[in-house]
Amino acid sequence: MDDIKVDLELDLKGLLCPLPMVRVSQNISKVPVGGVIRATATDPGSLADIPSWARSTGNEIIKQEQEGSNLIYYIKRIK
Amino acid sequence: MARELNKKAAMVVMSGDFDKLFGAFIIATSAAAQGNEVTMFFTFWGLRALKKKVPTGKSLFGRMVGMMYGGDINRATPSKFSFFGMGRWMFKKMMKNKNVSSLPDLRQLAIDLGVKLYACQMSMDVMEIPREAMIDEVEACVGGGFFVEQAANADFTLFI
Repeated sequence: MDDIKVDLELDLKGLLCPLPMVRVSQNISKVPVGGVIRATATDPGSLADIPSWARSTGNEIIKQEQEGSNLIYYIKRIK
Repeated sequence: MARELNKKAAMVVMSGDFDKLFGAFIIATSAAAQGNEVTMFFTFWGLRALKKKVPTGKSLFGRMVGMMYGGDINRATPSKFSFFGMGRWMFKKMMKNKNVSSLPDLRQLAIDLGVKLYACQMSMDVMEIPREAMIDEVEACVGGGFFVEQAANADFTLFI
């Protein structure tokens, strides 16, 4: 269960609002429906923005973790 | 079940202040990223956000406005701490140090995300700013009626 197949890695470290969310939105179509993006951000604002983006666009954050200052999102394309 | 997509946002940008333009473009790009169709209507001081760096004005007053209010989006000054340009320099430096996007970059991002930019024809007439003095990406120069129609069909509207 811990092994999530990642289709695309996104390095969003150092980017500030609204870019982490915008970059996720610009890249979601690069993975197939059901595919997963692993996005690594450092902006604490993304903690609110990326889940909000997922709710608004009907996609899903299947896992979220923190390693030091890195905020890691596993985002599954639903549609 | 996800909410219905393609919601609409209609924004009036009346301010040409550096800080308010930041707010406007951050909200516009965020809304576009979340699947909204976004319309931005720039009027009066807000026209600066769409201007090229060219002299404008025909009459004496028009040329005065062009000189005092000339320049493009890069010349926008903050609504507080302006200090004749020092504030703008300081904020630009602070933002750059923290890796915040610049105003021209945010405007380009909005364009790339499909945000539609409209200019107020009446303000352009008053300030003697011709279409050629505006960036090519401006969809059209329109009036209040056009914006009201956009706003009436929008899910949310903002006045900045």
